[in-house]
Amino acid sequence: MKYTAITSAAVVAAAMWIAGGTVGGAHAATLDDVKSAGELKCGINTGLPGFAFTDDKGNWIGFDVAYCRALAAAVLGNPDKVKYVNLTGKNRFPALASGEIDVLSRNTTWTFSRDVDLGFTFVGVSYYDGQGFLGRTALGIKSAKELDGASVCIQTGTTTELNLADFFRANNMKYEPVPIETNEEARKAYVAERCDVYTTDASGLAATKTTFPDADNHMVFPEIISKEPLGPLVRQGDDRWADVARWTLNVLINAEELGLTQANVAKMAIKGKNPEINRMLGSEGSLGEKLGLSNTWAVDIIKAGGNYSEIFERYLGKNTALGLARGQNALYKDGGILYAPPIR
Amino acid sequence: MATTSLTTETGGFEVRRLWTDERSRAIIFQLLVVLGLALFIAFIVSNTIANLQRAGLASGFGFLTEPAFFDINQRLIQYTSESTFGRALIVGLLNTILVSSLGIVAATLLGFSAGVMRLSQNWILSRLVTAYVEMTRNVPVLLQIIFWWSILTELPKVRDSLSLGGAFILNNRGVRMPSPVLEPGFGWVFGAFIVGAIATFLVAKWAKRRQDETGQTFPMLWVGLVLIIGLPVVVHFILGQPLAWDMPERMRFNYRGGFNITPELIALWFALSTYTGAFISENVRAGIMAVSKGQSEAAFALGLRPNQTMRMIIIPQAMRVIIPPLTSQFLNLTKNSSLAIAIGYQDLVSIGGTILNQSGQALEVVAIWMGVYLSLSLLMSGYMNWYNKRIALVER
Repeated sequence: MKYTAITSAAVVAAAMWIAGGTVGGAHAATLDDVKSAGELKCGINTGLPGFAFTDDKGNWIGFDVAYCRALAAAVLGNPDKVKYVNLTGKNRFPALASGEIDVLSRNTTWTFSRDVDLGFTFVGVSYYDGQGFLGRTALGIKSAKELDGASVCIQTGTTTELNLADFFRANNMKYEPVPIETNEEARKAYVAERCDVYTTDASGLAATKTTFPDADNHMVFPEIISKEPLGPLVRQGDDRWADVARWTLNVLINAEELGLTQANVAKMAIKGKNPEINRMLGSEGSLGEKLGLSNTWAVDIIKAGGNYSEIFERYLGKNTALGLARGQNALYKDGGILYAPPIR
Repeated sequence: MATTSLTTETGGFEVRRLWTDERSRAIIFQLLVVLGLALFIAFIVSNTIANLQRAGLASGFGFLTEPAFFDINQRLIQYTSESTFGRALIVGLLNTILVSSLGIVAATLLGFSAGVMRLSQNWILSRLVTAYVEMTRNVPVLLQIIFWWSILTELPKVRDSLSLGGAFILNNRGVRMPSPVLEPGFGWVFGAFIVGAIATFLVAKWAKRRQDETGQTFPMLWVGLVLIIGLPVVVHFILGQPLAWDMPERMRFNYRGGFNITPELIALWFALSTYTGAFISENVRAGIMAVSKGQSEAAFALGLRPNQTMRMIIIPQAMRVIIPPLTSQFLNLTKNSSLAIAIGYQDLVSIGGTILNQSGQALEVVAIWMGVYLSLSLLMSGYMNWYNKRIALVER
């Protein structure tokens, strides 16, 4: 019977429907799903030096990846239990909305429309960024305001595309947009001089610049034309999971403030004099359990990759190819704006 | 449907026979399949709606009237970043139609020439065409698009642009040429063109009738050229040249003014037309070979020259074989144009993708994509079917 396959597929689907279930889409209890799967599905960039790139063994590492590892450590007790899903600027949101990933940690700007319209919840800011321009020093210009008539390479489907249009409109200048799908392709187009300048978040420009053999012939213009608070996000409507994601980030920042590092956290986890540290690391009270995690969740997070400062310095800081200064991303007590609510 | 008790012994309807009788069994199976399919579709629809509601996503096409806030580099109609999403989609659709029409024209010309040349007696020519056909149709078209784009972006940079008298500029940002600026009075020139075209049509009709009646030929090509091109040119000069040219001008970063064809458009156009042209040339070759050899022998016997034989005897008959697969090739080319996204040519899919990302209306945008490509394909195959019917063999 040649219809058998179709018939049985249809019958199975119909049975599922009649049974009253819906499949796919946003599950209400992501935390339970991750625990039962024993694996965190984390959406990251397709490749951006410093934020998400591969080491010489082919493992994904970077600033955004480190957050995935911290979250996996908090939930599953093991930072290696992550399945990385590489996403472009365009397909990252459908991937999160459809449940293909549990959390998106892919240098994504927190904006009103993404938070409200697209139905996501941003859990915090992991990196304060702003959009800038990268150009050749040979152009002989000092400021982005002299870019009238230039060709500009951009990644499609990003806030950059919108800021760029706003910036040129506000300054009454013309330009030719050259929209490209990925950072890698955009870099190639810029190198081939298909465009005069490349625009993206300043951190991304610094990252891109490191990959040029003649990095000294390129400069990032001083203008920062937008606010780009980057951070992880989850689906809206699952507050428990959003809490887990939010406080994982806060642990990283608070750990820096309290001086907890990858090296000393095991020692500090033994009940000491500082009640703040005791609460966070679980030797006093049961904050982790209230979140639906183990009581040593914060210890696991810090063991995974260290505190915020350690992660920053390892992938983005002065001693890396990117050589980014902490700047705005320093703790509030060090002149930055990084400030996490207390864990108590 | 008839209802019945389980057994009726008076030879009437029997439930058991529903199963044993081949015809009724077939109907039952088909009903089951249709029912299953309907349930399956209902399940998918309700599942999608339920999940969308759960994710708190609004649906509907209202977003099309919201401002887009992004720019597009190739616009055939007025568009700024303050225009609506709907208008942005129309710009994308026009870009798709532009590259598809350019591609279809070039692929058809290329395909017909290559098809005829491959059958040529000239060994070198036919081998060259064979090499072209086998090379292009056996490499994925996406790679060819990227190949052409890479070549074009390796052209001279802006500062080393190749210039033809300052009017035509070639660099890795495209080909820039003067664009016409119409001044008052140009309407007369255009009018002269229309008059020339109508006159050509009438003269052609008369010439054909005369040839049918007396057998005398008429130099239609030359007369047509004079009427269609010569007449407007004469009017143009009589009126003191009411047409100015906007010339490209070197600015700090780029040339400005005139009319620019981006390397993305050229790469896409080249790749699509050479790729599809290879397939069309095979269709043409098949069509020509399907015409019986007796036809050309008869034509030669009547004293027709080879090119007349090809044009008047072989091709019209070959068209009947060529047209149906040609339609598929046109449709393929149009659909393949969506690969534009790989090199940043802003077609319907590229712009739709940006809109999808900025507005989050995934289902709606995908529905628009599918609707547009379906309509384009149906329109095109409708026209080709009409044309096919018109040239079909009239059996008496």
